[in-house]
Amino acid sequence: MSAWPRAAELGLIGCHVCGQVCSMTDADDGALACPRCGSTLHRRKPAAYARCWALLIAAFLMYIPANILPIMRTASLGDIDDNTILSGVVELWVKGSPGLAVIVFCASIVVPMLKFLALGTLLISSRRGSNWARRQRTQLYRLVELIGYWSMLDVFVVALLTALVRFGYFSLVEPLPGVVFFGLTVVLTMFASMCFDPRLIWDGKEDSDD
Amino acid sequence: MDLSPPDATTDATAAQALLICEHCDTVHRRCPLAKGEVAECARCGAVLERCRGLGANTLLALILTALLVFAQATLWPIVTLGLNGQHVDATLWDVIHTMWTDHSQVVAVLAALTLFVFPLCKIFMLGWLLLYARSGRRAPGFRLLMVTLHRLGPWTMSEVFVLGALVSIVKAHLYFDVQPDPGIYAYAALMLLITIFAGVDLTRLWDETREEAP
Repeated sequence: MSAWPRAAELGLIGCHVCGQVCSMTDADDGALACPRCGSTLHRRKPAAYARCWALLIAAFLMYIPANILPIMRTASLGDIDDNTILSGVVELWVKGSPGLAVIVFCASIVVPMLKFLALGTLLISSRRGSNWARRQRTQLYRLVELIGYWSMLDVFVVALLTALVRFGYFSLVEPLPGVVFFGLTVVLTMFASMCFDPRLIWDGKEDSDD
Repeated sequence: MDLSPPDATTDATAAQALLICEHCDTVHRRCPLAKGEVAECARCGAVLERCRGLGANTLLALILTALLVFAQATLWPIVTLGLNGQHVDATLWDVIHTMWTDHSQVVAVLAALTLFVFPLCKIFMLGWLLLYARSGRRAPGFRLLMVTLHRLGPWTMSEVFVLGALVSIVKAHLYFDVQPDPGIYAYAALMLLITIFAGVDLTRLWDETREEAP
């Protein structure tokens, strides 16, 4: 037993919902309810790998049309201009403020890509039981959880501009299908990171250093 | 027949003395925390427990403030755009409504849930729990509300919407006269309150309240 005992080694379990500590044998996994909040007690989130992979792949499939299809149409005096996520960022950089362009670029491009890469890495390395950089990988998971929902930024921008720019023939903004796909990408990646269980990072091979 | 799973056994005092890290399953002995202190997992660095510097009374006052500010942010227009003497303003509901009528119903539903329904539910549920927690009691429906609050987790996005409004203003400023409306100030205040509540560890309510004898 290592210096820091884990719940399973002591025959304990922490409720995933309320944190209550209970004693439980492995045979009871998924059969008992938390005495405090009534949620079912699991050692690990059920089917974490399968659910997380499925949602992540679905999110990636949505992410392709989200980037290729335009998300917003600006029509003014008969002049029509369709913007994709990337061209919106470029426009903001050139005409508006570069600082804000960086924020939008991070929220719309960097954060979703980071989520795909990070969750993919976590899924593969945990499945192999790797003991490489466990603490850092757990921190990576916390980062994904923390910044995940900020990707909705672009969706809200399109929604607000659509509601505001209603000057008929003079100027009009319409949402295009890209924004729907992008919204779905964000929701699916959020579900994917919720399905992953960071405890899996610490299962598998014994730690060599601590 | 009772289909709900049987309860796990727990020794109340022993269970109170231990904490299990939710990110790596390491078992820790619980230490009493002073105001503002945070207990972190020695193995993975996750926050185990946070002792808020704010009492239930203060939190209840903040929740009531949040309710007022939220109502204002939702009902009042956020910005007004002007072009050739024409003016258009939009409230949150206009935003949701235009997305619904403009063939983006998915976005309309997402916005309605994450910007209106879930935040409002959160405010009411927290208010209800804190109203009773002031005297160390558990509100009716305590168990269900605590589990629901946990599940709502990241699905309230008012703070993202504020940043979105900022980006929209900068974008619109290129072509239109932009005038901020009261709604945007209400949103700014709401963002401050959200930041305060982000540092509150709600799971402590389980320990700080007692079930009343039936």
